[in-house]
Amino acid sequence: MYDIAIIGAGIAGSYIARELSRYKLDIVLLDGENDVGNQITMANSAIVHAGFDAPAYKLKGKFNAVGNIMYGKICDDLDVPFKRCGSLVVAHDEFEMATIHDLYKNGLKNGVPGLKILFKEEVHAMEPNLSEDICGALYAPTAGIVSPFELCAHVAENAIDNGVTLKLNHMVTAINKVDDYFNITTADENIDAKLVINAAGLYADDVYEMVGEPYFKLLARKGNYFIFDKEAGSLVNSVIFPCPSKNGKGILVSPTVHGNLLIGPDASPVDKGDVSTTGEQLDYIKANALKNCPALPFKKIIRSYAGLRNTPVADTFTTTDGDFILEESPVKGFINVAGYESPGLTSIPAVAHYVVEEIVKPLIPNIESNPNFNPKVRPHLRFEELSDEERADIIKKDPKYGKVICRCETITEGEILDVIHRNAGARTVKSVKKRCRAGMGRCQGGFCSPRVVEILARELNCSLDEIMYDQQDSTYILSGQTKSAKEEA
Amino acid sequence: MIYDVVILGGGPAGLSAAVEAKKDGAENVLILERDRELGGILNQCIHNGFGLHTFNEELTGPEYAERYIHQVTDLGIPYLLNTMVLDLTDNGDLKTIHVINEEDGYTVIQSKAVILTMGCRERTSGAIGIPGYRPSGVFTAGTVQRYINMEGYMPGKEVVILGSGDIGLIMARRMTLEGAHVNAVCELMPYSNGLVRNIVQCLDDYDIPLKLSHTITFIHGKDRIEGVSVSQVDEKMKVIPGTEEYIPCDTLLLSVGLIPENEITRTAGVEMDDRTNGSVVGELRQTSIPGIFACGNVVHVHDLVDFVSEEAVLAGKGAAKYVKGTLDTNVTFTTVNGNGISYVVPQQVAMKNVEENVTFYMRVRQVFKDRVVNAYIGDQLVATKKEKKLLPAEMVNFKIAKDVLAQYPAGEIRFVVEEAKK
Repeated sequence: MYDIAIIGAGIAGSYIARELSRYKLDIVLLDGENDVGNQITMANSAIVHAGFDAPAYKLKGKFNAVGNIMYGKICDDLDVPFKRCGSLVVAHDEFEMATIHDLYKNGLKNGVPGLKILFKEEVHAMEPNLSEDICGALYAPTAGIVSPFELCAHVAENAIDNGVTLKLNHMVTAINKVDDYFNITTADENIDAKLVINAAGLYADDVYEMVGEPYFKLLARKGNYFIFDKEAGSLVNSVIFPCPSKNGKGILVSPTVHGNLLIGPDASPVDKGDVSTTGEQLDYIKANALKNCPALPFKKIIRSYAGLRNTPVADTFTTTDGDFILEESPVKGFINVAGYESPGLTSIPAVAHYVVEEIVKPLIPNIESNPNFNPKVRPHLRFEELSDEERADIIKKDPKYGKVICRCETITEGEILDVIHRNAGARTVKSVKKRCRAGMGRCQGGFCSPRVVEILARELNCSLDEIMYDQQDSTYILSGQTKSAKEEA
Repeated sequence: MIYDVVILGGGPAGLSAAVEAKKDGAENVLILERDRELGGILNQCIHNGFGLHTFNEELTGPEYAERYIHQVTDLGIPYLLNTMVLDLTDNGDLKTIHVINEEDGYTVIQSKAVILTMGCRERTSGAIGIPGYRPSGVFTAGTVQRYINMEGYMPGKEVVILGSGDIGLIMARRMTLEGAHVNAVCELMPYSNGLVRNIVQCLDDYDIPLKLSHTITFIHGKDRIEGVSVSQVDEKMKVIPGTEEYIPCDTLLLSVGLIPENEITRTAGVEMDDRTNGSVVGELRQTSIPGIFACGNVVHVHDLVDFVSEEAVLAGKGAAKYVKGTLDTNVTFTTVNGNGISYVVPQQVAMKNVEENVTFYMRVRQVFKDRVVNAYIGDQLVATKKEKKLLPAEMVNFKIAKDVLAQYPAGEIRFVVEEAKK
């Protein structure tokens, strides 16, 4: 019997697990996927928002700016790439300038520090590659960019370091409330837990309906993105938003924390799980991104992808109003962390603290602190960031750091071995890519994926064709040996 | 120790350049190779057809590489394997190369001359942004070539190939021979992007349909690819509605172009050509930075390795001359891409370095029948090359004798595709 089962190892579930590991509790973190942070956490804008958008009365408004301020420390503790590059919401006319002033006022209410309204000249001095048509902007110096994959992997790792049990490939199919505990059915095993935290992302409504009467519904809204080669990475220095509309924050142009350039997302309602990109939407993104940044070099695109938002539908269920759902549900002991869309990534340090201290703790009498809690993960050495002397030193200590596997991103075998052998470590080609960027560069794994497959097979002690790209069993890379190899064998 | 010539890449260009530099009197030559053996991409090209121009016989890729590797070892040219170049900087007379490997760790190498021979990489599905899912089972053709020929593993059984580049064609045959079923090769353009001989020997002989003016409009399958939607395109390469067809497959190969790997070149500050995606080079493959030379696919993508080796000889000569102080730096001619020509290499000629003639490598922009390629200096026609058929996929080699060029003091050599005069 676990004290707490958390369903969903995305950023919300993983972070809450890590915050709960500050206490002496038996915690299990369940996910249906073959890796942590493999759905919404994986495909988004990777932005740490300043917090001026959401109204102050909403949970989104309450937690965004607070979460933002916590990012510096958590990314330090968890060794996650994070850069406070600032953001600009740009206006093209006086109507949009009026919106900018509204955002400014709202930002002040939400406690966003350093906000400033810029004149045209100031905008172009900061960002020389923006459209001449831009007449002003809201500058938010606290906005930042982060690596959401590395954040989620390291949060989950830190949770495990502090005693949490992670069970991947554990898709929850049924939940029964039995007296004062829950019996959770997964494909492999049944799990008992006194409390359940439902952080199942897009499927949080389905999971809740396993135990209670529906009171919220989640809508998948898809966003398509493009990633550009690092050669285009310095086109903008900060996150460039258009003026927001009722559909959201609009098509942004942003540097990524690893030095690429990102544009997107659109927002179109789709079926859950539909992460296909569409030609029409990709064209729409290009056209809209060009309005603010006319110099975008589309020839330098290296990847397009789509991600999903889990938007609570407000008009059928009066309780949500498009806000986060963070509460103990009508089913006692069952906590919903749902409708957790943007600015969910930014808010998570504050939200996790709130969920643990304000919702979970009152439900557990005599909760004790975990005296061994360590907020830091073992640092992950990134070869590319080292000085020449540090490089020489590390190769002397561990020659595997002298062998470059991914040429485009200069990722060494040492780094790949590290991400495989950590807690919540990489088991698939995609999970290696998410954690240390091998295959993330301009050749998109053309050269290094056979080497990564080889390293995974060696370290996990299996054959090459047993290595998966992503999901267990269904995402094989190689279908079997060639005729000639079989004959030789 | 200060090297005379350091060569960045031990593929066909690097090997040939090293041999020539050494033969021409460069004493301390060193080859740096990032892979585990010399030979570069030739090692995975186990089909034959290499060496027809150079050796007058048909060799496999590894056999072709072996001939040069022998010369390298016979001449006692040292090489480092599993060695990655992190950075190249120009300090005037000396170039500094930062490298790492497992044995020697982090090393800084100094050399008088450097030859860039890093080759090229494949254009990816990401770069062309095919709509749909991002499942497992979508590969570039070269990656699959490595899996099959070097690791001994098949990627799948039901195959569709997008793009008719040579590697894709070769892999269509290879996978068929390994028991896979290749459903179709789809090519966006109204003509093939591979050599005619590969279309015949790799597709026609195995009844594999080549669908010209077709592209993939959707990738199906969330986990492993399950199929592709294929549509016809019009002359503007826009999808024609209503022509969509679903082809089930478990593997999609892409052979949609090659891109010279010039990240080190750009960082070093070498002048680049937008058309080739390679550096601007002279007749001996000297770049804009004195002492830095480049040859092979890193300069422009070749279709035959024989011409890579041929070009690398020039770079080897050039580097040796530079080290001995006999390389002339006065540019006499620059080349211009006229009507119908997409690029010309070299972009510059210093006549004092020319021995007997200059070979200009070029590609045409589209398919032409019964045309000539003319070379003009000013309005003077200086040379003509007749071709029955000009294909973008087949590089044109246009040789002009030194004596002919020497009649003109300096200026631009403009290459143009024109109607043949009857």
